[in-house]
Amino acid sequence: MAELDARGLNCPMPILRTKKALKDLAAGDILTVQATDPGSVKDFEAFCRTTGNTLMETSEDDGVYTYVIKKN
Amino acid sequence: MPGAEPNNKKMSIIVTKGTLDWAYPPFILSTTAAAMDVEVTMFFTFYGLQLLKKDLGHLQVSTLGNPAMEMPLMGMHMKMPNLVSAFPGMDAACSRLMKNLIKKKGVASIEDLREAAIDSGVRLIGCQMTLDLFEWGPGDMIGEMEIGGAATYMENALASDINLFI
Repeated sequence: MAELDARGLNCPMPILRTKKALKDLAAGDILTVQATDPGSVKDFEAFCRTTGNTLMETSEDDGVYTYVIKKN
Repeated sequence: MPGAEPNNKKMSIIVTKGTLDWAYPPFILSTTAAAMDVEVTMFFTFYGLQLLKKDLGHLQVSTLGNPAMEMPLMGMHMKMPNLVSAFPGMDAACSRLMKNLIKKKGVASIEDLREAAIDSGVRLIGCQMTLDLFEWGPGDMIGEMEIGGAATYMENALASDINLFI
């Protein structure tokens, strides 16, 4: 399982880094991303919808958002 | 090439401004679009060409005629009266303040965003006419720049789903 720490990064870096990380994965692989940018919640939903990847889970804990994405 | 499966969507952006603040919208939009598998072309003209210079350290914001600018400073938001911009070094000081703020808030630098744009296959086209006008040569600009004119832009724009003038 691959992990990406995008905490402390502002838009659009969490999305850009995620795209880069996903490129190295195979279809079906899972990437877990952590971000602190509150705007990233809607952004990750939009990103996954548009690129066809699956946003399996979104959670938030004390200002840190965690996104679990499955590459399609 | 951008993305493994391009979704056949295209975006073109004309970039006309070369200040630090105005450098952000075109590069944020182009890199994000490329990350979402859109094929992006950026056409830089007039002051937008400043963003294709090799060294981006010279990008500044101006305090003159910028009534929307409010800089967070000392716990307050500071507006700059136009008169203040007459002081020598004011633009440079304000630009430094802006750059520090950008770094502090984890916002990417224009250098990083431009590199991300290049890495994800965004085309950067410089306006031939402006290069001639301001007498900028290939030695001043980054190697990834292509050169084109208005017809190059027009052909691209006609095929694009999104056309932006920034």
